[in-house]
Parts: sequence; structure tokens; C-alpha cells
Amino acid sequence: MLRYALRRLLSLAVSLVVASLVIFLVIEVIPGDPASYMLGINAQPDTVAALRSELGLDVSKTARYLAWVGGMLHGDFGTSYTYRTEVAEMIGERMWISLPLALYALTLSTLIAFPAGILAASRRGSATDLGVMGVTQLGVAVPNFWFAMLMVLLFAVKLRWVSAGGFPGWENGFWPALRALTLPAIALALPQASILTRVMRSSLLDTLSEDFIRTARAKGLNRRQALWRHALRNALIPVLTIIGLQFSFLMAGAIIIEQVFFLPGIGRLIFQSISSRDLIVVESVVMLLVFAVIVVNFAVDLAYAWVDPRLRR
Amino acid sequence: MSLLAIQDLRVSIHGQPILKGIDLTVAPGEIVAVTGESGSGKSMTAYAVMGLLPQGAEARGSIRLGGTEILAASEPELCQIRGNRVGMVFQEPMTALNPVHRIGDQVAETIRIHAGASRAEAAARARDALARAELPPDRFPASRYPHELSGGQRQRVVIAMAIALRPDLLIADEPTTALDVTTQAQILRLLQRLVETDGMGLLMITHDLAVVSGLADRIAVMRAGEVVEQGPTRQLLAHMSHPYTRMLFEASDHAVAMPPAPDSPAPLLELRDVTRDYPGPRRGLIGRAPPIRAVDGVSFRIQAGERVGLVGESGCGKSTLTRAILGLDPIRSGSITIDGQPVFIDHHANRAVRRKMQVVFQDPYGSFNPRHRVARLICEPFHLLDSPPQGAARRAAIAEALTAVGLSPEDAGKYIHQFSGGQRQRIAIARALIIKPELILLDEAVSALDVSVRAQILDLLADLSGRYNLAYLFISHDLSVVRGVTDRVLVMQRGKIVEQGPTAQVLEHPEHPYTRALLEAAPRLPDLDMLRAGG
Repeated sequence: MLRYALRRLLSLAVSLVVASLVIFLVIEVIPGDPASYMLGINAQPDTVAALRSELGLDVSKTARYLAWVGGMLHGDFGTSYTYRTEVAEMIGERMWISLPLALYALTLSTLIAFPAGILAASRRGSATDLGVMGVTQLGVAVPNFWFAMLMVLLFAVKLRWVSAGGFPGWENGFWPALRALTLPAIALALPQASILTRVMRSSLLDTLSEDFIRTARAKGLNRRQALWRHALRNALIPVLTIIGLQFSFLMAGAIIIEQVFFLPGIGRLIFQSISSRDLIVVESVVMLLVFAVIVVNFAVDLAYAWVDPRLRR
Repeated sequence: MSLLAIQDLRVSIHGQPILKGIDLTVAPGEIVAVTGESGSGKSMTAYAVMGLLPQGAEARGSIRLGGTEILAASEPELCQIRGNRVGMVFQEPMTALNPVHRIGDQVAETIRIHAGASRAEAAARARDALARAELPPDRFPASRYPHELSGGQRQRVVIAMAIALRPDLLIADEPTTALDVTTQAQILRLLQRLVETDGMGLLMITHDLAVVSGLADRIAVMRAGEVVEQGPTRQLLAHMSHPYTRMLFEASDHAVAMPPAPDSPAPLLELRDVTRDYPGPRRGLIGRAPPIRAVDGVSFRIQAGERVGLVGESGCGKSTLTRAILGLDPIRSGSITIDGQPVFIDHHANRAVRRKMQVVFQDPYGSFNPRHRVARLICEPFHLLDSPPQGAARRAAIAEALTAVGLSPEDAGKYIHQFSGGQRQRIAIARALIIKPELILLDEAVSALDVSVRAQILDLLADLSGRYNLAYLFISHDLSVVRGVTDRVLVMQRGKIVEQGPTAQVLEHPEHPYTRALLEAAPRLPDLDMLRAGG
């Protein structure tokens, strides 16, 4: 198990190096001169030259790459060209919204999907199963921003339980902040939970038709015992895969929901910095998201090995 | 007093009758074999006794186990009986165990749910059960996972689970069908010993008359949901009053009239010192163990029109060798040629040679795309030709191939699910024949078939060999399959050919100890004359 974890860790490190190289090449090298790109076509030559030296473009590419990576390792992501603030600081602020929001949504979606999927699978073909399948079909089909706006109309405008948007910050207390994130988290969780429920159900149904379930029944286990003791753990692999993918998506894909609820998250940051051609911010945020995805994949790999002893090699 | 008494058992699934009035008894310490071909209802009988009939099944009649009427028992009552008073062993040991739990825990579970034993006590009794199933704890610790065991060892774990609570009745559904012959012999001996020591009754479901004749006290022969004949083994086999029993017996020992072997040698396939390695298992962070040699210095020849058997147990390298001959994989060293041309060049199968050879696999259903019609399926090998026939020529080729295998040209428009297992194997042979190859590789091609169908397919192969001067390479784990259908046989063990020679000679006077072990382990049909004289 330890050797497996170390090997996954090694592959994580390699993936990070490769990803950083690709991002560096795509952003700094391929489109030509980043300074003139950032300033647009009408820029004065001396402004471009000033930016070039500020970005450190006059040294070699290798030196720039090493400086970039070295800086990131120290938590120094450079200074935003547009906002004139430390990129690390900007990302840090946004991260305190996006990360809890993603975790919140993921927790909700898992809490819904596990019971719903198990219930539907254990009562295959029943009214419960049909109901779960119908609701999840709807959950996948309804656009989450539209659902978000309906929730705002109901809970914020009509019932006035929560505010319609914005974020008070964690420094003003845990509960107000969590409250502000609740509607966005539900909106994000709805389609994810629907997908996860369906995956859970079909994976469990596949497992329930395996030979070893018949063996378990022949031992004297009843249906429910066979499901909980033998089917569930075997059915988890595809579910874990989807959870990993969903977390990665939630980190950056929440942009529309962030827009609806006026949340200054990572999604908005990357959107704004792309529109204002702030390559320094884009580069760092993309690298950070890649880092998050790779770490999540590493965690999913470890979870696989925990579930299935055949993978612990 | 019988332990199990089945009376007039009728089972239908969604209104379709499956069992039509079964009467069967098993006494304590008695081995009763239920035999018959696929679809006869043998397994359904076993599941009815376990109370594990599929959804939509309706059972009438009576199944009495001791004093309990199974058909009237509630689900909680049945859960108390299963695993406790009746144990069951299944056909597929590779999938019968939960891959994510340790073997000790899986055996202990039976004990914990029935005997209410503590964790430690159940674990101790599980170790004892594993030892009785001949998996001694010092060599096979209870902490092993199923994937760390071989097929035979996994079957012992399933047996340990079934006998842990010393049930009155053990049901074994084709327990050795998926195993090699030497392992089969060991598992059969184990079952026999357990019946003797524990006084259990054993209800054994098997399609194999040879297994039955050496093991069972009584035999019931089933066909299409009915018991056509039953009685004490010797008596039943000596008289065989029902024609179906006679047909089964004869088909099991079917002698094929192969056309004579070619006398003028014309080498077709030639293997010289072929070696193939697989990468070893991972070790350390990035290292690997030394490679595993799957095929080790194999040399042999097949002449045009010759039938050769390649026999060995699972893992001996015969499948790897088959893939190499087909040009699917590169080899490490040595050469494989057909008519002097290599089968694999420049990282690809050599098309010029590949069209001289075709293959038929064990599972006819799995080797066809279910969404294509037969015409398209059997034309697949045409991609090996430089100018495949079109239009009328193509239709003529399809009709000829289907006729040659005993089907009709009209079958070309059907889908594969519309055919029986034997017909599917005929279609697989038609697909092989359509480009007029000189050599057909038959990879366990008759292993999954019922004996009567197997006899027909072997007859067909004999006929085709004579008609088209076809050479065959029969690849099988079972020496008895190649008996009578091959001119020569090669015995493979751990990647090496350990013995080869004319089939009759190798089977009568085996020289290598491994060949002898294979022959001894193979269950044999009894000599009827001796049975009749003795009985």
C-alpha cells in the first residue's frame, strides 16, 4: 500500500512538472510577445518595453520558467498587471470562497446521491426507483443557473431567509458565511447529485448481479445484508471516479453560479483576468487549478486502493 | 429416511415451464449426481432447493429438507437454512468470491451470521474450515485476498465457506467445470472425503458423465426439465434404459472418422525456438521484477492437411503461443513461418501469410458483434485479401461457407442471437473457412459445447479437413478432446513442449511425468462390458 502511494506520488510530481511546462509554453511562448499581447495593438513601443522588463521577458526562456516555478514554490505568483496587487493574495482571497463552496456542494451531492442511489438500486423497478430516476433526469436537464435564480426568487426575494447574493467573508463569523454559500452550493449540487445518483444506482445494480452476491446469498445473508456487506464497496470505484471529476469541475466551473450570486470566486477571477489579458494571473490560476485536479486525482487513486485490494500494487 | 426429498417439483419463469415434475432424493452420506445438457434444468433444480430461484419464478410441488418444506418457508427461514443446513459450491471460482474481502473473513461470515459467534471465535473456526478444505493456514493465511489465489484454491475457499457449519446437504453446481484436469481430480477427491467424514449428502450438478461415473452413488439424467432416468450409478450405466442416456454416453466418447493423415510431408507452419516474455510484476518505485517467460524455446511443424493437438493446463503459455502464431504479438526470439514466410513483420501481422490461417475461439457468442448480420460477420476475414469478392461473388462465397458448415444460405440475413450455441460455433467455422485458409487454429473451440453438439462439430471438422485439405491446431486444456481428432499431439508445461508424438502413442505410452499426470487425472467413462459383467 505504501509503495503504491509513493508511486502515485511520483506520478503526481511528474504530472505537475509536465503541466507547468505546457502552461508556460502555451502562455509565454506560443502567441508571440506576451507584453504586446497584454497591452493590445495600439500600445506605445516604450510602454511595451517597460512591461517587457517588468515581466522579465528580456532574460532567456529557461531562466523565466525556473523563476516562475521557483516563485510559485515560495508562494510568490508575481504581481497582477491590471490590479497591481500580489497574485498570491488575490488567489488566496478567492480560494476562501471557491474551495469551501466546492466542498459544500460536493458534500451535499454525496449526501443526496448515496442514499438515493442505494434506495433506487435495492428497489429496482419499484415506484421509488422510478421516482428517483425521474427526479434525477430532471436534475440533469435543468440548467443550474436557472434553478439558482428560482431559488433566489423564492428564498431571498419572497421568504427573505437569505440574501440574494454577495459574501460577508469568514471573518464575520462562520454561520453567516455558510448561509451565503448555501443557495449556490445547492444550485451546484443539484446536477452533480443527479449524475452521481444515477452512477451509484447503475454501478450497484451491476455489482448485485455478480456471482459473489449469489455466493453471499447462499451463505444465508438476506438481500439487504448482501447489498451492504458485499455489493456497496465493490460498486464504489465508478462513484469515486465521478466524485473526483466533479470536484475538479466545481473548483473552476462554478463561474456562472458565482455570477448569479455575486460571489468573488476563482471562476470569476479567471474570467476577468482573461478579459483584461492579465496573463500573469491567468497563468497562475490555471496552474493552481491543474494542481488541484492532480491532487484530487491522487486522492481518488488512494481511495481506489482503499476500496479494492487488487489495486494496491 | 432421506435428507432431501423433491417431489413433483414444477418451476415456471414468467409462465414458461422450466421444471416439469422432478422427483429426487438424497440420503445422508450419499452422492447424487444430476446430469444432462445445458437447458435441462439441472441448475434450476439446485437453486430451487436453495430457495434462490430468479425473479418471476413460480415453484409448485414439494422440496423437503429434513423436516422443513422449502417451498413453504419464509425468506427469513430460508436465510437460516442457507449456509447453515445447506451449503452451495458454484461453477466459477474466479468470480464466486468477493474480491475486496479477505478469504478468512468471507468464511467467518458464514459462521458469524448463523452461529452468533464472536469475531475471534468465528475467525478460529474459519481457519479450521479452510484447513478442512485443504488450505492449511501456514501456507494460505486467512489474510489473503481472492486474487492472490489460483482457481483451484479459490474453489477450496468456496467449499470451506459451504462446509464451515457442517451442513447436512452440500450442493455443488458444476464445481470443477472451470478447472484444469489435475485440479479437478483434487477437488473431486476433496468433496468425496468431506462426504465420508461429515456424513453430508452431496447433490452434484454436472454435464460430465465421466466425472459422474467415478463419483456418484446414484445418477439422475435430466432433459428439458424432466428426469428421464435415475438409479444407482453402476446399474444405470450398465443398462441405460432411456435412449437419451445412451446418446449422452455415446456422444461423450464419440469417435470421429478423420480422413487419413497426409503421407507426403509438405511443411505449412513452422516454429523454431520461439520465445516470448511478459514484463515482470512491478517492484520498488519504478523497477520491475525480471520478465516472465511465457513461451520458452518452442519448436514444431504442422504439415499441410495435418491435425495437431496442443495440450496444457491454464497458464502453460498456450494462449500466448496462439497469439504469436496468429501474428497478433511480436516474439522475443525464434521464428514462426507459414510456407517459409514470417507471420509477423514490421510490427504487424504479415497479411500475405495471415490469410492462410484462421482461428475459432471457445465462446462463439463473445466473438461476434451482436449488431451485425451473419453475412457481414462471416465476411470479416475478407479484409485480409487484396481484392475481396464483391456482389454476386461475395454472396456465392457466403452461401458456400454456410452450406459447408451445415447451415443454409438463407441464414446469412439473421443475427447471431437467433442461433443456438452449436450453430454459432458453425458460423465461427464458416467465418474461418470463407477465405479458404490452409490452417485453422481451434482454441478450446468445442470446450463450451454440450457433448451431443460437440460430437457434431467434431464430425464437421473431420469432414471439412478431408474436403479442403485443412490443417488444424487444436488447442485445449483437456487431453481427451484431442483424442481421436488429431494425428499428433504436443504437451505443453510452463512454456515448454515437454512431450510430442503421434496421438495414439502419447496417450497410450506417455513418457513425460506431466503427460502421465494429465492422463491419470482425466476422468474416464467406465467400460460398459466390465460394468455389465460385474453388475
